[in-house]
Amino acid sequence: MIVKVSDNIISPLGMSTAENYAAVKEGRSELQRHDGLWGLPEPFTASLMNREAVNEMAKQKGIDDQYTFFEKMIVLSVAKALEQTSIDPASDKVLFILSTTKGNVFLLDKRETGFPAERVRLGMAAKQMTDYFHNPNAPIVVSNACISGVCAQIQAMRELESGNFDYVITVGADVQSAFIVSGFQSFKALSVDPCKPFDANRSGLNLGDASATIIFTRRDSVSENDWVAFRGAIRNDANHISGPSRTGEGSYRALRAVLGDLNPEKLAFINTHGTATLYNDEMESVAIERAGLARVPVNGLKGYYGHTMGAAGILETILSMQAIDDCNILATKGFETIGVTHPLILSNQNQPTDKRAFIKLLSGFGGCNAALLMAKGGAV
Amino acid sequence: MTRHSVMITPDSVMVNGKPLAHKENGAALLTELYRTYVGDYPKFFKMDTLCKLGFVASELLLQAEGEPRFVPREDRAVILFNRNASLQADTAYQATIQDPDNFFPSPAAFVYTLPNIVTGEIAIRNKYYGETSFFVMENDDASVISRQLVNAFQDPKTLSILNGWVDCFDEDHFEAHLFILDKLPTYDILEF
Repeated sequence: MIVKVSDNIISPLGMSTAENYAAVKEGRSELQRHDGLWGLPEPFTASLMNREAVNEMAKQKGIDDQYTFFEKMIVLSVAKALEQTSIDPASDKVLFILSTTKGNVFLLDKRETGFPAERVRLGMAAKQMTDYFHNPNAPIVVSNACISGVCAQIQAMRELESGNFDYVITVGADVQSAFIVSGFQSFKALSVDPCKPFDANRSGLNLGDASATIIFTRRDSVSENDWVAFRGAIRNDANHISGPSRTGEGSYRALRAVLGDLNPEKLAFINTHGTATLYNDEMESVAIERAGLARVPVNGLKGYYGHTMGAAGILETILSMQAIDDCNILATKGFETIGVTHPLILSNQNQPTDKRAFIKLLSGFGGCNAALLMAKGGAV
Repeated sequence: MTRHSVMITPDSVMVNGKPLAHKENGAALLTELYRTYVGDYPKFFKMDTLCKLGFVASELLLQAEGEPRFVPREDRAVILFNRNASLQADTAYQATIQDPDNFFPSPAAFVYTLPNIVTGEIAIRNKYYGETSFFVMENDDASVISRQLVNAFQDPKTLSILNGWVDCFDEDHFEAHLFILDKLPTYDILEF
């Protein structure tokens, strides 16, 4: 079975998994309105890192200013996840998988001159990381829009099942910039207020900076406290490149694929994408209903972090594992009144649970959807 | 069994190893291939270069395969690889926001600033509901790519993969090598 060895989250809510979980459990968020940042003409609400604090922490690790802010975020997150293990990242039995959508895209801005232009290539950014850890293997970059973080974990499961590696380090990150914010603004996809997932008055998403890491290995037997990556699936809507399917086609099919013959009663919750756009949340409600999961509680974490893009699938999986370790279903911050066609079980308060499995669900541009079934102790 | 393949560079086109005649080169080559061999999918003209390249290459590949087209299916994955991700679209979008006095961020340009959009375009055209994935790596390394493809057959639903390298630096500099890989019984051994 494929087992989680270690993890880390770096976000505006903290520099470790424990700090992030504690903050989310208390209902904290760093979503703030920004006026005139990066020269953007329109205000936006986002959850952004204190870049000086990241630079300072990076400096302590010997990560100097030859690394971009994005590269510092991924190296720091991996370093902090490794601290809790005895894994040698320089071993050829260790593979790095990076989940990101835009990496160092800010380097395309003609005013940015501090770094070689080639670092805009995602493979070069990933190589900065593997060079830091002296890892000899070519890093794999998964760039599957907003589902990348779950795809990276599925990829890790496959590499370990094949016996190709002893450990896979999956790290997901994106950092916000004028490029990304203006693009989502041009799509009219952003809310100028903190987002309200699944709410009747939801009006769009917020963006956020984060990096998050999970290290996986393969074990023949697991203990009851081990987190097992049980089954993952990726499916396409085959419908539209920038809008979700009205029938929730790809998410429905991904959910069915990871469920198999599992009794839905075993699930503590489904952690949704829940971006708080009109179409995404509606589509997820359709897919969950179609998959026969309408009686499973659902939640969404974008009200704490915004949409952290390449980090989201890893960050939200980590927090969901933490929540189950704490016998808790995290509240959907921002949600008040159900605003999707199919009634889902949602709450803006933390709720108790004694169940030990959950599904992480994501969907993204390009019509892609991914689901991942995680089970504590490996039994579902 | 023929292992179907298509190769497109700015000045050459090969289908199953045989050269395909053409008049144009560079960006105009992709439009010529579309008009000659497809013609019925006007969305082509909205696409960025990466999608145009992947789209015409997949059309030639599936025509060579000769199976019935446009039948909804979940057993075929689309898994593509490249070096430059969506660089051409990213550069085009950056141009719409570079000048503060001429700031016109374009949603039509922004939507293509993700490399996996090309896998979605192929899935939509062919009604493929299976896995779609996009990987970025510095080198077109056959051993890394084949490892990912063999791994993908661990999804029991996936029986074949439209796969390969599809990369473009700008509108006139690009390279595609696409294949169809069918699941072989031996891949099952690798699952354990």
